[in-house]
Amino acid sequence: MNQYKNFFPIMRRYKDLAYLDNAATTQKPDMVIDAVDNYYKQENANPLRGLYALSQKATEAYENAREKIANFIGAAKHQEIIYTRNASESLNLVAYSLSDLLLKENDEVLISIMEHHSNMIPWQQAVKRHHAKLVYLYPDKNGLITTDELKNKLSPKTKILSLTQLSNVLGAKQNLKELIKIAHANKTVVSIDGAQAIPHSKIDVQALDCDFYSFSGHKIYAPMGIGVLYGKEKYLNEMPPFLTGGEMIDYVDEQTATFAELPYKFEAGTQNVGGAVGLSAAIDFMNSIGYDTIIKRETELGRFAGEELSKLPYVTIYGDKDFSHHHGVIAFNIEGIHPHDVASLMDSGDVAIRGGHHCAQPLMRYLKCNFCCRASMAFYNDEEDIIKLVNRTKYIRSYFNGAK
Amino acid sequence: MALNNIYNEILMEHNAHPDHKHKLSTASDCKTAINPHCGDEVLVKKGINPTCGDEIILELNVEDGVIKDAAFNGQGCAISQASTDIMVDLIIGKKIDEAIELTDLFIKMVRGEEKNETKLEELDEAMALKDVSHMPARVKCAVLAWHTLNEMLKEKESQK
Ligand SMILES: Cc1ncc(COP(=O)(O)O)c(C=O)c1O
Repeated sequence: MNQYKNFFPIMRRYKDLAYLDNAATTQKPDMVIDAVDNYYKQENANPLRGLYALSQKATEAYENAREKIANFIGAAKHQEIIYTRNASESLNLVAYSLSDLLLKENDEVLISIMEHHSNMIPWQQAVKRHHAKLVYLYPDKNGLITTDELKNKLSPKTKILSLTQLSNVLGAKQNLKELIKIAHANKTVVSIDGAQAIPHSKIDVQALDCDFYSFSGHKIYAPMGIGVLYGKEKYLNEMPPFLTGGEMIDYVDEQTATFAELPYKFEAGTQNVGGAVGLSAAIDFMNSIGYDTIIKRETELGRFAGEELSKLPYVTIYGDKDFSHHHGVIAFNIEGIHPHDVASLMDSGDVAIRGGHHCAQPLMRYLKCNFCCRASMAFYNDEEDIIKLVNRTKYIRSYFNGAK
Repeated sequence: MALNNIYNEILMEHNAHPDHKHKLSTASDCKTAINPHCGDEVLVKKGINPTCGDEIILELNVEDGVIKDAAFNGQGCAISQASTDIMVDLIIGKKIDEAIELTDLFIKMVRGEEKNETKLEELDEAMALKDVSHMPARVKCAVLAWHTLNEMLKEKESQK
């Protein structure tokens, strides 16, 4: 077992498993599990409301984590970090509150055909509420949105651009800086779905100059149930609240309420403090490995998997032919075999991959494949895992052909 | 994780060489259509697996309460395709109420609710799909056709 797998209890438990579904969720290292465990054993109380020492501890744990997240993604202020349950909730918050602030009848929202359903359905709903229009960007053959495509689709009516930084199917990473500059020149507010990008690249929201940035903790080694929305203070201040209730108010009378300051205005009800502590530990974990190592290993594994699989004439791989551009995400089909059968037969050979539409049905139709298999790597994977994947692919093919 | 036994010979054979994958009528999805060759009335129903979008179109020719002929079309994984072919094999020549009972029994089997082997023998080759009950993600693939047939026959019964 390689030194990195050794950090993960699941890997120690299932030594033969090639876990290649990291784009769905990553495994959790001891450091994260222990931090959550420690929080519940040593510091748990309801934060913010309490006037006693333990509640103060919980509050500190919660706010220290927020500070760490702000530093991790280069936010100017910790007030710009809103806790959510996951990227989906962050994206819903933006689609709901920002559209209330900005959208008028006949306005346009621009997204790409590569969006995960979580950055698509919330906008379908938002434009319906505001009688606005949803307009789509289409990628080139490598999965990239070109500046020409963006310029063609932007209009004076385009109030919002919401774009995934890295497709969970094609693995292509957008040249965001350039795209954001063009959108801003058009006075279009930009929201980024970073759910798949942040596991594979160092993010600096100020350098990108995006107005919003969403991601999930569970895809970067943190527990499930904690996510983040970064938003520029000027927008967050103007936007109406999303969920309302406890903790997010200042003054309430029978008919009206005033809302708490940022970030609390967007954090209704008792929050997932254990999750925030886990995310903080996950950031420490990633920093201890280092993005350089993470990126190097994942790029190399993606390249290796892509090249080995593409040697098989019955395998089709989607996206860029240079597999080192895939960020460890390889979407493929084995000719004549349904991805669900592939995934089941991979499983019986101790290879965990995903098969289906990957929450991106419009993209699947655009690629003309309806469904596909996806192997997605994290830095803890190794060549052995990829060799297992390739050998199993050969086996499945011969198994099905043998039956013909 | 030895689930390989679901992809057994019976299933692989029905997937590779389905006997009943053809059309009885020219209809795609309406309640009744006419078989252009013999003029018989054909019942048609489309079944969709919402988790993966797989589709099958089932066609039945029912006369005097007996399934005289049946066929299917559509795309899907090996489990759903083979399951459909095996089902059509089983129900041709059966009375409507017998066929409904068989679909109920099959659905119970793959949900792990019916384990009595003697009882399950009524399902004949469809017993080959028993182990799907250990693969929760694939139960929907296996029951798609059976569920569609069940609804179709119950609709037919209620029209009496
Ligand atoms: C690109 C992208 N956006 C959003 C999400 C949603 O993440 P979550 O399910 O954690 O809310 C995913 C998850 O697969 C994703 O890949």
